Amino acid sequence: MTVEWFRDPVNFITNWLNQFLLGWGLPAGVVAFLMNLIGAGLVATGAMLFCILLIWYERKLYGRIQDRLGPNRVGPWGIFQPFADMLKIFAKEYITPRGADVIPYNLAPILAVAAVLLIWAVIPFYNGAAGANLNTGALYIIAVGGLGELAIILAGIASNNKYALLGGFRAIALLLSYEVPMVLALLVPVLLARSMGMNDIVQAQGDVWYIVMAPIAAFIFFLTSVAEVGRAPFDIIEAESEIVAGFNIEYSGLKFGMFYVGEFLHAFTVSVLFAILFLGGWRGPFVDQVPVLGAVWLLVKTGVTYFLIILLRGSMPRYRTDQTMSLAWKILTPLALAVLVLTAILDKALVGSSDLVRGLALVGMNLVVWFIASRLSQASYRRSHPVEPPIGHAPVINPLVDEIGGVLE
Amino acid sequence: MIPTSWYLFVAAALFCLGLYGVLARKNAIAILMGVELMLNAVNINLIVFWRYWGAKEVAGPAFVIIVLAAAAAEVAVGLALIISAYRRRHTIAADEIDALKG
Amino acid sequence: MNFLQVVFILTSAVTLGAAVMVVTSHRMIRAALWLVLALFGVAILFALLQAGFFAVVQVVVYIGAIAILVIFAVMLTRHAMQDEGAQVNRGWWAAVLVALGTFAGLAFLLLNWAGIGSSLGELSADEARKLIPQMGQALVSADAYVLPFEVASVLLLAALIGAIYIAREKNPQV
Repeated sequence: MTVEWFRDPVNFITNWLNQFLLGWGLPAGVVAFLMNLIGAGLVATGAMLFCILLIWYERKLYGRIQDRLGPNRVGPWGIFQPFADMLKIFAKEYITPRGADVIPYNLAPILAVAAVLLIWAVIPFYNGAAGANLNTGALYIIAVGGLGELAIILAGIASNNKYALLGGFRAIALLLSYEVPMVLALLVPVLLARSMGMNDIVQAQGDVWYIVMAPIAAFIFFLTSVAEVGRAPFDIIEAESEIVAGFNIEYSGLKFGMFYVGEFLHAFTVSVLFAILFLGGWRGPFVDQVPVLGAVWLLVKTGVTYFLIILLRGSMPRYRTDQTMSLAWKILTPLALAVLVLTAILDKALVGSSDLVRGLALVGMNLVVWFIASRLSQASYRRSHPVEPPIGHAPVINPLVDEIGGVLE
Repeated sequence: MIPTSWYLFVAAALFCLGLYGVLARKNAIAILMGVELMLNAVNINLIVFWRYWGAKEVAGPAFVIIVLAAAAAEVAVGLALIISAYRRRHTIAADEIDALKG
Repeated sequence: MNFLQVVFILTSAVTLGAAVMVVTSHRMIRAALWLVLALFGVAILFALLQAGFFAVVQVVVYIGAIAILVIFAVMLTRHAMQDEGAQVNRGWWAAVLVALGTFAGLAFLLLNWAGIGSSLGELSADEARKLIPQMGQALVSADAYVLPFEVASVLLLAALIGAIYIAREKNPQV
């Protein structure tokens, strides 16, 4: 008995609570509904509470990257800083602008946070412990991402403010553009795992993680997810629009707090998704004997990915709007399409061979595609940015442009 | 169990509301929204009849995918046309864009 | 009246109410937001019909793309028509008559249909899961529906090129 709860706590508690409520005489449908309600409440509350830790972690790490200490006044190592932030945000006054459309204005922050929390419903914490084991889990994630985009455009329109409107337009242009390569890159693990369910994708990564078999797809998914969240270097959503804050300019108090928390939580959520899709999710040593250890492995992998996202934020300058559009449409989308088509062809052609041959063929294909894409983009860059030789020297001869130059014009 | 007739009546009502929107509204974008409602009603009907015949024939869902793709394409081109007409004539009332000249 | 029937009645009430608001609303941005609600209601109806894949695809395509596009277009043309004044054209009573007549005709057809009294049986979880592989195979196999699939992709390509061309500025330096 004790060994059982130690190994598989979620299912154990579920069964026990089920028996307990049925013993009270409630009908089975009501019991199922109550269990789902309790589970959803726990996951959502847990995610929001975990966000407090995330805010502290991010601010400390971001400060260290910038060669400063980060928050260190409020509590040891500044660990109570998020609580101070929360108190400040709760205490601020709600100022609704005159002429604002009341219902969309108030709905937008709720929808933004809801869209992130809904993703947590399909995440498998360990084998068989997901909130809802949908067989269309990967597509469901894209769907609720769309709800988040709707929230941003609602905020932009309902604020009765030209800066908010412009910020909202720019945000939607960015988000819709990066959704295309994200869906294409998401389809590669779905293709390799033969299923859209999240738990199935993790179970199919038994031999080797998908980051080895599909590195380009992993890279594209990582980059586009960072763009979808609106983090640097793609944070034209909130830091641009000429210094004012874009679509959340007219929000104060807890409404702004919800956008803020929603963004941090979204960054963590995309780290979890990356860990599940490409880094093997809950897989790790000893998960067969002790399933709960899967949650620990998932947390470790998510922490590594989140660390990378914060590093990216702290070290790269912001892209301009036209540079982000060009990156999405001219580089990432064709690359993602090429990788998807070639992965499908190779996977089908080698369906009879052993796993080693398939894996090596996929890795080799990815390397070849990466090599070709990098040469093409280098040639395009050098063609559009010709190097002026210093005065008195011979003109620069660039063999890369001359050999591939004709292809690109 | 939900009777088949309930779904079909809801789909018929949605279709007729969309039809009213197409026929009666002046704003060209409102007409497009009516068309979207009609296409959604058609999708509901297709899925209901797929379930009615025991979920064996896969023609229903395949057709729904085609209708969904066609609706998306039509909205994109329609809105592009409306915005282009707006740039030229500065109006989007459907009864004011009535001259082929220009 | 079991739980699913209650959910169905609520969902269809919300969907039809939102549809009424779409076609009668004076302010276009309100109409666009009611359209989002109506599309979401249709997605819930798909989920009630155990076609979960279509519920998700409906949210992705309609709400995540089409509704946002409609909102964009409404915002870009919001100075074209005043939101006060008549939003319906002169023949609106004829439109009401046509809509009511169509509904009466459809109701008459449905009531005379043999299967009108039937009830949709529950699909088992396995059968519901088989939808996606079956549909995927049907869309690409030569004796099923590969031809409409290919025609739909040509249609999307034509729409893509057409929309880019129409929305382009004149005198571009292509």
